[in-house]
Amino acid sequence: MMGNKHIHINHLTIGYKERGNKKTVASDINATIRSGELTCLLGANGIGKSTLLRTLSGFQTPLEGEIIIRERRLSDYTDKELAGIIGVVLTEKCELRNMTVEELVGMGRSPYTGFWGRLSKHDKEVIDNSIKLVNIEHLRYQMVHQLSDGERQKAMIAKALAQETDIIFLDEPTAFLDFPSKVEIMQLLHRLSHSGNRTIFLSTHDLELALQIADKVWLMNREVGVQTGTPEDLSLNGSLSHFFLRKGIRFDMESGLFRISKQATVSTRLTGEGNRYTMAQKALARHGIDASRENSSDWYIEVTDEYFNVHHANGETEQTSSIEDLLQSVQNLLAALSR
Amino acid sequence: MKRPVALYMLFIIILIFIFFLLNIILGSVQIPFRDVWDILWGDYNGNEIWQNIIWKSRVPQALTALVAGAGLSVSGLQMQTVFRNPLAGPSVLGISSGASMGVAFVVLLSGSLGGVALSKIGIMGEIALTISAIIGSLSIMALIIFVSQKVKGNVTLLIIGVMIGYVANAVIGVLKYFSVEEDIRAYVIWGLGSFARVSGNQMTLFVSIMLVLLPVSFLLVKTLNLLLLGDAYARNLGLNIKRARLQVITCSGVLVAIVTAYCGPIIFLGLAVPHLCRTMFRTSDHRILMPASLLMGGAMALVCNLIARMPGFEGALPVNSVTALVGAPVVISVLFNKRRNDINE
Repeated sequence: MMGNKHIHINHLTIGYKERGNKKTVASDINATIRSGELTCLLGANGIGKSTLLRTLSGFQTPLEGEIIIRERRLSDYTDKELAGIIGVVLTEKCELRNMTVEELVGMGRSPYTGFWGRLSKHDKEVIDNSIKLVNIEHLRYQMVHQLSDGERQKAMIAKALAQETDIIFLDEPTAFLDFPSKVEIMQLLHRLSHSGNRTIFLSTHDLELALQIADKVWLMNREVGVQTGTPEDLSLNGSLSHFFLRKGIRFDMESGLFRISKQATVSTRLTGEGNRYTMAQKALARHGIDASRENSSDWYIEVTDEYFNVHHANGETEQTSSIEDLLQSVQNLLAALSR
Repeated sequence: MKRPVALYMLFIIILIFIFFLLNIILGSVQIPFRDVWDILWGDYNGNEIWQNIIWKSRVPQALTALVAGAGLSVSGLQMQTVFRNPLAGPSVLGISSGASMGVAFVVLLSGSLGGVALSKIGIMGEIALTISAIIGSLSIMALIIFVSQKVKGNVTLLIIGVMIGYVANAVIGVLKYFSVEEDIRAYVIWGLGSFARVSGNQMTLFVSIMLVLLPVSFLLVKTLNLLLLGDAYARNLGLNIKRARLQVITCSGVLVAIVTAYCGPIIFLGLAVPHLCRTMFRTSDHRILMPASLLMGGAMALVCNLIARMPGFEGALPVNSVTALVGAPVVISVLFNKRRNDINE
């Protein structure tokens, strides 16, 4: 049964039809979204992430190809049937006034409630559970329009959970959030995908988070189309570094993350150990100075437990106690050298 | 913070009773309360004129106001939700302009073409007016529904509706230009709106139609609740957006068409009452807002009718002036208080 729950995408071409003219956004996508995993869709603005999500959610018909969910084509499902299979969280902000979080989450039960939308005891249990899963019990009776962006996003996720679907699609759920909230939402989604054997597929611009938390990453690109794999495989085969290949961005194989690199104009020797060494190196790199143990130069910087010492070529030593001061004296030194 | 819904509803129902009674007791002819009471209960053998005033004028008028107010408010609530626009009201799609156009055709053309001034032929004229208003508004509604199935966005539909309203008004303007003054006056008076025009059998018919239509609008509460979330979320929760839009516009449109046909274009109630109810109950749940708007709409219409008939005005004050004069300050003050509460929370 496990295999049936995956989403298979075959030769999918997405885009818009306008007065008979087809406007293709991306073509010939072949991939599988696996259940019980968190999959992140990465790509530049305007590449078609939202179009892909809208097509997968059934809001938009594919131009070509097919999407298979539970061994049936997506287009064969009715809106009602889909409501029990796919839940969505969208980027657009709902203008909801005078609606409590509990009521909003309760809306997720609509596919299961009767004519009047009356909630049964079971519905209420599901709502309780969904609210608990995203840790917003304290917001339960608050009005949705008074929530912060992050809180509202969680409420929307709870609504999708209350819908009890195997699949949840999220369009940029971490946009507009501060960093801790981004991490929280991503970890929450990861947990939800693994614990509930849900298929969670989201688009995001938060590359670092996606690479650290996602089980699978989809890279969407004009030239290659869609590339999929674990973040690690994609880094090893060079797809990731190729994907973001651009001046000033460097893929750091060691951490598996991207680094902002600045072309070094000066190189110097840096001695020392531990965190203080790494931090000094990082700060110097930001100023275009490649500093490392392996380098050799006629002036050098020594990192000790207490100080950062700048040893000039003429034998003089300048003692600084913070990286800020170190940078200042290095800059003075370089200015003097270039004169 | 939750509001005690049942208590508030009860409060509005009591208001309706009070204002209904006041509508029957107060008027240009002074009738003592005891006699009014006896006339209502049927054990009164005194002044026949008083009996006629109560049964043939005041009771029908109060009943008309009650159902018309309820209908317009329910319709306004539906329009505001389906268009997700707080400024939407029953008249927003040009349906009431359609009614006006129908009436204008009959009133203004019959005078200049047929040589019969409708304003002079009494009850038959009234029926002709009602029928023409219904035909006018329903044909505009059919047009809107046709358009609604073609266009995707709500805003587009809203703009097209407003435009159709302008066209209808332009047609009326042209008709007016070619009409005699007497007919224009008859048309203008119709346009001022009144709960007093409906009498006798017509009142019974009007009230019974509304008593069928109003419960029908309750069938849409779940649909309306889902529409609050926006089209995409609503669709994801299994709602067929096109069909939902069709249902809501039809229901709302028929309500407006019928009320406008019998009472003329009553402005403001349908826009203001849903806002009052949202603030009062602090909810967006249509299971509460729908009955609340219905009751509150009835109560407000009774209040307006009462003021329009206050001693001194002698029925000369058009209902439309009252609805706006009373309604606008009420809504503005409600909104001001709401802001303050939002900040305090």
